[in-house]
Amino acid sequence: MKIKFYPTFLILIFFIIFFIFYKGLQNPNIYTPSVEIKKNIPEFKVKKFENDKILNSKDIFLDNKFYLFNIWASWCVPCREEHKYLMKFKKDKNIEIIGLNYKDSYENAKEFLDELKNPYEIILSDLDGTIAIEWGAYGVPETFLIHNKKIIKKIIGPINEYSFIEIEEIIK
Amino acid sequence: MKLFKYLAIIFLIINISLANAENINLQNKITKNLRCLICQGQSIYDSDTEFANSLKLVVKQKLENGKSEDEIYSFFQEKYGEWILYDPKFNKNTYFLWLLPVLMFIIGGAIIFKLFIIKKK
Amino acid sequence: MASLIGFYSLFSGLLCSIFVIYFSIINFRNSKILDKKILIFTFFQFFFVIISFFALIISFVISDFSNETVFNHSHTTKPLFYKISGVWGNHEGSLLLWLVVLTLFIYLFLIKSEEQKKNYKILTLLFQEIIIIGFFIFLIKTSNPFNYIFPIPTEGLGLNPILQDPALAIHPPVLYLGYVGSSIIFSSVLAGATLNYISKDWARHIKKWVIISWIFLTLGILLGSIWAYYELGWGGFWFWDPVENVSLMPWLCLTTLLHCILVLEKKNILTSWVVVLSITTFMLSMCGTFLVRSGILNSVHTFANDPERGLFILIFLFILIFLSLFVFFFIFKNSNKNPTNLFWLSKETSILINNWFMMYFLAVVLIGTIYPIFLEVVTSEKISVGPPFFQKLIIPFLIPFLIFMAIGPQLKWVKSDLKNKLYLVLFFMISLILTLLIIKNLNINFLTNTVLLTAAFFLFFITVRDFLKKEFKNLSQNIAHFGFSLLILSILFNNIFSTEIISNLKIGETINSNKIQINFESINQKEKQNYKAIIGKFNIKDEYGKKQILNPELRIYNQPNIVTSEADIKTNLFTDKFITMNLVQNQDYFNIRYQIKPFMIWIWISVILICFGGTLSLFKRNYEN
Repeated sequence: MKIKFYPTFLILIFFIIFFIFYKGLQNPNIYTPSVEIKKNIPEFKVKKFENDKILNSKDIFLDNKFYLFNIWASWCVPCREEHKYLMKFKKDKNIEIIGLNYKDSYENAKEFLDELKNPYEIILSDLDGTIAIEWGAYGVPETFLIHNKKIIKKIIGPINEYSFIEIEEIIK
Repeated sequence: MKLFKYLAIIFLIINISLANAENINLQNKITKNLRCLICQGQSIYDSDTEFANSLKLVVKQKLENGKSEDEIYSFFQEKYGEWILYDPKFNKNTYFLWLLPVLMFIIGGAIIFKLFIIKKK
Repeated sequence: MASLIGFYSLFSGLLCSIFVIYFSIINFRNSKILDKKILIFTFFQFFFVIISFFALIISFVISDFSNETVFNHSHTTKPLFYKISGVWGNHEGSLLLWLVVLTLFIYLFLIKSEEQKKNYKILTLLFQEIIIIGFFIFLIKTSNPFNYIFPIPTEGLGLNPILQDPALAIHPPVLYLGYVGSSIIFSSVLAGATLNYISKDWARHIKKWVIISWIFLTLGILLGSIWAYYELGWGGFWFWDPVENVSLMPWLCLTTLLHCILVLEKKNILTSWVVVLSITTFMLSMCGTFLVRSGILNSVHTFANDPERGLFILIFLFILIFLSLFVFFFIFKNSNKNPTNLFWLSKETSILINNWFMMYFLAVVLIGTIYPIFLEVVTSEKISVGPPFFQKLIIPFLIPFLIFMAIGPQLKWVKSDLKNKLYLVLFFMISLILTLLIIKNLNINFLTNTVLLTAAFFLFFITVRDFLKKEFKNLSQNIAHFGFSLLILSILFNNIFSTEIISNLKIGETINSNKIQINFESINQKEKQNYKAIIGKFNIKDEYGKKQILNPELRIYNQPNIVTSEADIKTNLFTDKFITMNLVQNQDYFNIRYQIKPFMIWIWISVILICFGGTLSLFKRNYEN
């Protein structure tokens, strides 16, 4: 009887391994950091874009208002695509757009905004990329929907029609 | 008195540079343990992408602020998930990962001992 | 035109395979001698595959972009050498290379095994044909290298520039000779198991195939490491990347098998274990192919990610696994029923201990590589298993491993004694003292480093002593073990004594650090065949006042549009000086990384030594008694 134990045991193990590999094939291989739903926004100090005044995050994000925290740069091509949605949000009284200019030069960013118009209430400057890391971002563009100092939604990549509608629904 | 002052200054400089050297070593150790998320299989230490460079800066700043190695790992884990750490933490997810090889070593040793070394009548 | 020939050649090869199987089955039952037709068809099977392979090479060389593979992976401005190596630098072409090696090895096996029993040869052939036909179908159905695209593009998409490197160009063919070559061991062991032929004679016969496969696998892995060091620009040579691990696993298994065959060719013990190892080596190769080509793992080396292909290989792999399980448990009858008793102090036991440790190392690499996949499927959590894991689990066990490696060859077969063994303790003490002298003057105080260094020195001195004393009796093992001790020593010294300076420099600036002065003198631009180079000129003055000029490059390729950073490395026997230069976004300075890496070249030399030791055993006629 003992002889029969090992083969059956091994065959069983290999079947299990097969199924796990099979399921593993179906998983997408792109990793996106888990969306931090309901997580608090980070606390940080940051320079204003136009001048060197330093702001505290506490003063920027007040309660009871919706904020869209958008990380952008003039050298970022998809940022141009999502710009029109940001301009649409600017018209909405329920939401305020805070921009984080990421690893950019003042002149280039100003040109970008002159060309496409400025949707931001406040623009912050992140020259070395460390502020973006506080938010758990790793590229541009990335956008966060904030309410009551909590992150409700995170969009990686440019805002498209689908996410635009989603955000619209939430802020109503 | 002057000699004493000079000695004190030298002592301080040596200490600071030693501390810096240690800090740099620790910085390297930490950045080697962090995965560059936009690269295919490189650590922050090895990578020269914008993201990696920013992360290196953040590590440096946190070390200067007195954060410990574990605190820094926890910070990044909180922001980016466990995937960013190359040294898997020992928690309920990874018991098998760490223990299975050693278990197999012990079992292997037992088999060899039993099958070959113990004298059979 | 070439594509057509290539495609129909493949089909002809497949047809030959079917004929081979047909005639083999007939010949199995009738007649005492091998049917000449089988040999002829096996040859033509290889012949058509190699024609197909050459057809693909020609398509690449003439830049025939009507061929989809050529279009995807080549470009008119690529140098000829890289046009040719681009043939196997992609998924479809590399699979064709698999077929070349598979069909070549079985043909060589048949002609080199004339004195073997007919049925054994036929069964080996049949088992190999299962693998060959599987790959034919895989190739033709999912990974055809001769797909036709219309309209014919005028230009191709180009080959990734980091793959345009001499070491990487020959890395796949060499690696495959080892990796795929282990298929012959697999087929042969299954044939032998079925016919109850696993014995001393079989071991003597299969030994040269094991060694040949092992040599090429070792060299292939070495070439990959050299490429990573020179090309990838971070100065490392092993990163425990999944694809690297995937080549290491069959190597560990094959080395273990090699040691066991050495036992089996002298005594009829460990037969079942040898069967298991032979099967496992090739199964690990297949598993590795699956992991690398299916897109299931994330790595800097992975091929095209295509789950459909992944599924095919997965099913194919498990068919082979279940076939092996079936043969092993239900057909293989181990004629060796006597329980083997080994004396605890003997050469046999030391080889067993070697097996024990090697299987542990294999388990670490295997589990570390595939565990994230398992975890993600079961819990949807994604974790990384990187260098710290492998180092923590392997290094502590390397210490006793090195010591056993030194002591093992000193023992006699069957029974050894403790007489005249005092020199072992003496050498150990010498190694310990030497280590302490070296470590004492440094600021590092890792206990593990000390013991590891001692153990490595111990092996080093013992093998040198053996070389000087043993009058070339066991030269191959001596050199191979010596090479291994040298490898560990080189890696350790490299780790301990490497230094690095990282700085941002503008043109004309100089930095002083640790008595080393780096001056960024100037920048030069050059136009090459398929890229534009920005070459930096750096004057380096080291702590001894010696001056050197280093020229790292930034290369801007035209197709695909990629910027790569090429390190400049100055190598000599004692140290490597390594420098890279990188652009920083939006800034007018460059990020410079200068590394001093002692004993780098000894790492490569020691692996070549290990290989040489293995090669020597091919020529050994008399066995030590």
